[in-house]
Order: sequence, then structure tokens, then C-alpha cells
Amino acid sequence: MSDFNRGLRAGLPIVLGYLPVSITFGMTAASGGLPPLAAVVMSATNLTSAGQFAGSELILSAASLVELIFTMLVINFRYFFMSLSLSQKLAPGFTVGQRMLFAFGVTDEVFGVASTAEGPLTFPYTAGLVLGPLLSWTGGTALGAYCSGLLPGDLSRALGITLYAMFIAILIPNCQKSKKVFAVTAAAGILGCVFYYLPPLSQLSSGWTIIIISVLVSAVAAALECRREGARP
Amino acid sequence: MSLPVIFLYIAVMALVTYLIRALPLLLVKKQLLSRFFTLFLNYIPFAVLSAMTFPAIVYACGDPLAGLLGTLAAILLALWSKNLLLSAVGASAVAYLVILFL
Repeated sequence: MSDFNRGLRAGLPIVLGYLPVSITFGMTAASGGLPPLAAVVMSATNLTSAGQFAGSELILSAASLVELIFTMLVINFRYFFMSLSLSQKLAPGFTVGQRMLFAFGVTDEVFGVASTAEGPLTFPYTAGLVLGPLLSWTGGTALGAYCSGLLPGDLSRALGITLYAMFIAILIPNCQKSKKVFAVTAAAGILGCVFYYLPPLSQLSSGWTIIIISVLVSAVAAALECRREGARP
Repeated sequence: MSLPVIFLYIAVMALVTYLIRALPLLLVKKQLLSRFFTLFLNYIPFAVLSAMTFPAIVYACGDPLAGLLGTLAAILLALWSKNLLLSAVGASAVAYLVILFL
């Protein structure tokens, strides 16, 4: 199987996971007053669920460009670390142009699959991996924006869990492979709950908490492991 | 907000998002040497995914009970099958049943 096809295959769960979220986004944005075409263009050019929900709200409430930029920076900043992490995994042949193309598709889910895939990432693989989700994300948005009454409410709500279930499906096998990964996952998950429920911390937006928790937990884990490696005779 | 302005905002959104994703991939060409940093980047994916999922997954369906049972289904299916699709679909199915009947 060619790398491109392997990428396409790997992206299939993401393609399916994106459908309910993008349809929901399309419906929400359109019923909020955003022209359907704008919603579709937004999806095609941004490829981010959290950022788009936030961005469309800001547009609909006629917020300033400055607030938009700042909000997008905070909510999406985790992609910086994801790209940084992926930069270490690219196969030797990756050209600058190919990097520019791949960068466009670094979403949470693409990152989840790419960062845990076997071996270095080749451009054809990443192209296949990103293409499916890009089409499904844009297509789903179009579906939701132009045909708002598509899914029965209960089903649409139930599908809201799909993307998170995918994250769990990515995390669990890796946790089984490594105790350290399990510890990092558990610590981050627990802190996630702490930041969500505890009064002073719960004031922070999810964009900030994700950055703080992930950097903190990863840095501590890396430091501890460094120390352990250094202490070995 | 008029249509051209809306598209301006969309363009700004896209640019900011793209730059965040592109800069690391474009600027960091070599393998990073620091052991700490390599380890740090190795753990970040799992920390990020986990921080994003918990506790958000519980509230992802509107009904916390559906979210909780859906989470359980996702974990069990992932442990049992290691299949991304099955876990995702299974969790949604469980959540749907909970919403319908509980």
C-alpha cells in the first residue's frame, strides 16, 4: 500500500468523527446568522472546531479584530506544540513547500494519529491523512449550514462524544504500552478536572488550561525522566 | 456585519491559525539535541489529548450521564478492540441510548 493510501486509511476515523461536529458547527453558525457560504469558507480555511466556534461567535457579536486575533491565538496555541512535536517526526525528504502544506492540516485529531503513527512521516502519508478530514470537515459544514434540520436532536447530541471517544482510542493503546505515558495521561486528565471544577482555576478559558496543563505535566515528566537517566551508572 | 467584513475576519482567523501551525514546522528543521526537550515533545501529545478530553467528554452530549457512560464505553472498547472507529461509534451509540431511554 502506498504511503498516501496508508494516510487516507489512517484518516478514516477522523473523517467520520468530523462529520457530526462540522454539521453541528454549520447548523449553529448558520442559525446564528452567519451566511452559509461564510461558514463553509471558514471551515475550509481554518480546520479547527474550537477556534471556529469561538471565531464565529465573535463575528456574530461584531467583536473587534484585536479581540478575534487574541482569542484565536489563545484557543489555538496548542497547535504550536503539536507542530513542534511533529517537526521531530518528519521523514528526511520533507521540503519547505511540503511543510507549508502539511502545516495547514495539523488539527488535534491529525496530530493524535500522526504523532502516534509508526515510523517517520512522509509527505504522501500526511497528504492522505489530511485530505479526508479536510473534505469531511468542509462538507459537513456545508451540510449543516445549508440544511439545518438534518439530524434528529438526540442523535446529533449523542454524536458530540465521537471526537472525544477518538482521543481516548488514541490514548489507551499508548498507555498500555508505556507506564510513563499512562502517568502523563492520568496526570493531565486529573488536572483537567481540577481546573474545570476548582473556583479560582475554573475562571480560565479552556485554551489556557490546556496549554498550562500539557506544558506543566510534560515538563515535569521529561525532567523526572532526565534525572533518572542521569542517575543511572 | 457586512459580507466583505465577515470574510476579512475569516481570513484573519485562518492566517492566525495557520501561522501557529506552520512556524514550528518551517523553523525547526534539525533534530533537536536536548534530551529534555525531546522527551518533553514526546509527552506533549498525550498530555494535550488528555487535558482536552477530561472532563469535557462528560459534557459533550449535553447530558452528563450519557457522557459518563459514553466515556466508559469508549475506554472499554479501546481496551478490547484497539479500533479507533469502533470506539468512536460505540461510544456515540451508548450515549444515544442513554439520551433516549434514561
